Amino acid sequence: MEFRFTDEQRMIRDTAAAFLQDVSDSAAVRKAMATELGYDPDLWQRICQELCFQAITVPEAYGGMGLGQVELGAVLEQMGKVLLCSPFFATVGLGVNALLLAGTEEQKARYLPAIVDGALTATLGWTGVEAARFGGQWGCEAIGLQWQACDEGYRLSGELRYVIDGHSADLLIVAARAPGTAGRDGVALFALSADTAGVRREWQPTLDQTRRQARLQFVDVLVPTSACMAGGEAAGQLLDDILALVKVALAAEQMGAAQQVLDMSVAYMQERVQFGRQIASYQALKHKAADMLLKCEVSRSAVYYAACIAEERVNPDGDAGLAAELAEAAAMAKAYCSDTLFHNAGSAIQLHGGVGFTWEYDVHLYFKRAKASELYLGAGAAQRELIASLLLD
Amino acid sequence: MKLTFTAADEAFRAEIAGWLQDNLCGEFEQLRFRGGPGDEHMFPAERKRWEQKLAEGGWTCVGWPREHGGRGCSIEQQVIFHEEYARAGAPGRVGHIGEGLAGPTLIAFASPEQQQKYLPGILAGTELWCQGYSEPGAGSDLANVRTRAVQDADGRWILNGQKVWTSLAHESDWCFVVARTDPESRGHKGLGFFLVSMHQPGVTVRPIEQLTGTSEFNEVFFDDAVAADIVGAPGDGWKIAMGLLGFERGVSTLGQQMQFQNELDQIVRIARENGAARDPALRQRIAEAHIGLRLMRYNAMRMLSQDSNNDAGPAALVYKLHWASWHRNLGALAMDVLGPEAEMVESAPYNLTRLQSLFLFTRSDTLYGGTNQIQRNIIAERGLGMPKEAKGNL
Repeated sequence: MEFRFTDEQRMIRDTAAAFLQDVSDSAAVRKAMATELGYDPDLWQRICQELCFQAITVPEAYGGMGLGQVELGAVLEQMGKVLLCSPFFATVGLGVNALLLAGTEEQKARYLPAIVDGALTATLGWTGVEAARFGGQWGCEAIGLQWQACDEGYRLSGELRYVIDGHSADLLIVAARAPGTAGRDGVALFALSADTAGVRREWQPTLDQTRRQARLQFVDVLVPTSACMAGGEAAGQLLDDILALVKVALAAEQMGAAQQVLDMSVAYMQERVQFGRQIASYQALKHKAADMLLKCEVSRSAVYYAACIAEERVNPDGDAGLAAELAEAAAMAKAYCSDTLFHNAGSAIQLHGGVGFTWEYDVHLYFKRAKASELYLGAGAAQRELIASLLLD
Repeated sequence: MKLTFTAADEAFRAEIAGWLQDNLCGEFEQLRFRGGPGDEHMFPAERKRWEQKLAEGGWTCVGWPREHGGRGCSIEQQVIFHEEYARAGAPGRVGHIGEGLAGPTLIAFASPEQQQKYLPGILAGTELWCQGYSEPGAGSDLANVRTRAVQDADGRWILNGQKVWTSLAHESDWCFVVARTDPESRGHKGLGFFLVSMHQPGVTVRPIEQLTGTSEFNEVFFDDAVAADIVGAPGDGWKIAMGLLGFERGVSTLGQQMQFQNELDQIVRIARENGAARDPALRQRIAEAHIGLRLMRYNAMRMLSQDSNNDAGPAALVYKLHWASWHRNLGALAMDVLGPEAEMVESAPYNLTRLQSLFLFTRSDTLYGGTNQIQRNIIAERGLGMPKEAKGNL
C-alpha cells in the first residue's frame, strides 16, 4: 500500500498544472464560454497533440499511454482548478471510460485510436426527462431512450437531456431500454456516430457557462448490430459502474476547484485592507478559511482513494475485492466533494465581499460550476442515501 | 498510488489475527470492546495484565525500531495490526501514552542511558505513563507553563506546581512533565522536559469529577517532587514537547479510528433494530458519519504514506479538527438514533451506558489537545499563511 503519488504521477500533475494555468486563464475561459461550441478548438488540438491528456487511460494497444484512473484524476484536478473549457471531461471521463468498461473489441479498436489522435470527441447520454423528477435521479431509472431489435440491427427512439457536450461530440454512447422494462432490466448500451440519420441535437444554454449541455432527439434512429456495446443482464450494472467512474472524475475536478477558490480568497484577504488591517488578520475570516482548507484536504483523500478503487475496477488485473468498493467509494467522493465545492465557492463570494458579487471577478464562475457539478449525477443527499442503503437496508 | 497489500503483509495479518484469537479469551474475554474513549476508567488492572500479555507475544510497540526493542513494523503492517486489533474487539490500550508518546520521544531525544532505563518498562507493559502539559493557566496557551523546576545542591531537579487534565495519572507509574527551568523566562523559552516518578511523596493525584460523573482526568500536584531525569538540556522542553505532538498524529490515530468504527457499528445495529434506519433524516446522518470516518482513514493513510516529495502537511494540520468534530457529532447521533431510550441510564445513581458516555465524553474531544478554535487558528496561520493572532499583555 502506497497512498501517495509516484514520481511519474507527480510529473503528470505538475505538467498539467503549468500548462493549464498558462492557457486557461480568466480571459481564455470567458472567451470560450461565450461561444456556442463552448471551447477553443485550437486549444483542444494543442492538448491532444502536445500534452496527450486524452490518451492517458487508453491502453497502449490502442495507441494510448496505458496509464490509469489515478493519473486521470491528477489531470482532472488541475482542469477543475482553472475551469478548463474543453471536451476533455465528456470525451475521456464519460466516453473513454464507457468504452473501456463496456466496449467490444471492435468498438475499442475503431474509436479509441481516433480519440487518441484528437480526431474524435465523445460523450455519454442516458438521461431523459425522468432525470428531473424526485429531486434528480441519475441511474437506470432515468434512461430516456428505447431500443427495439429490427432487421437492420436496432431502432433507437426517445429524448436525451443534460448530455454534456452533446451538441458537439462526434461519438455518442447512449443507454436505452427495451419497452416495458424497468430498473436494470432491458438496458443496453450503444455507440453511434453523432451524424447518424434521425439524431437531432440542440445546445441548451446553461447556468454554468463553462460546460455545455445538450438535448438530443432520437427519431427512429437505425444502428447496425455492431453498434451494441452491451445488453442483457450485465448492461445495467455496467452503466452503474461507468457512472461511478464519472462520479470519481467529477469529484477530482470539484476538489481542484475547491482548492482554487480557497487560494483566490486567501490572496484577496491578504491584499484587502479595512480598519487599518489586512482582512486576513480577522479571526472570523481565518476560521472560515480554515474550514475551507479542511474540506479541501478531506476531499483530496476521498478523490485519491476513489481513483485507486476506480483503477482496480478498470484494470483487467485489478484486485476484485477493492473493485467491489467502487459504488461506495465513488458515492463518498461525489458526496463530499460536491458539498465541499459548493461550500467553498459560496464562502469565497462572502470572503471577497462586494467584488465577489461582480461579473468581473471569477468567483461566480466557480460558484455556478459548483452547483452544476453538485447536481449532475446526484447531489450529496442522493449519494448519502446510496451509502445508507448499503449500510442499513 | 496503490492500495493492495503484499503477500508478506497478508501473512502478517494472519499472524496477528491468529494470535488475538488464541489469546483474547479466558480472563480477557470481558475486555472485548472495552476501555475506549469515554470508557477508559474501566478494568484498569485487567487491561494492564492484557498489556503484559501483548508484550509476551511481542505485540506492544510494533512500530518502534528493532534496536529499541520494537517489532520494526512497516507502516503497512502497523495499519494491519490496528485493523485486526479492532476487528477482534481487543480493549483500549492502557499503555498507549507510553507506547505512542513517551517512547517515541525518548527514542528521538533521550540519551542511550535514559532509553535503557525507561523503554523496557513500556515494552513489557509493566510501566504506564501519563502526560504533564496542561496547567490551570496553560490550556490553549500551552507555553504559559508556571510549574517550576529548580536544581538543588545535589544537582537533582525539584518540581513545584500543578498540572491538570492528566488522563490515567492515577494508574500511571511515570509522568513526562514540561516545567520552567528559567524563572525569568516567558512563553516557550526556558522550559525543560522532565521524567517524574508518580510514586513519591511530592506527587499528589486528585481526580476531576467530569460531567460524565466519572474521572478519567486528574489534577496532579508537585510539591518538591524529584524528577528522575531531564531529557535534553534545560531550555529544550518546548522543542521536545512539540516533537511529541508530531508523534501524536502518527499511527496511533489508526487505532483510535478502529474504536470509532466499533461505536458507529453499534449505532448502525441499533438503528436497524429500532427502525431509526427508516427515518430519512437519520439515514442521511448515519451515512454522513460513515463517510466522515472512511475519509478520516484515507486522510490518515495519506499522512502515513507521505515522503519528502509528497507534502501531506495540510492533511496532518486538519486531522484533529476533523476527527474531534466528527466524534462529537457521532455522540449526538447515537442519542438521536436511540430516541427516548437515550434518557435511560444503566443504573442508579448515574451509571451511564456506553453510548451515553460517548455522547457526553465527546464534548471534551473538541477541547483537549487544542480546541477546535485553536486548531482553526493553526490551520489558517500555518496552512494558509494568514496573519498570526496578536498576543495580549495580561
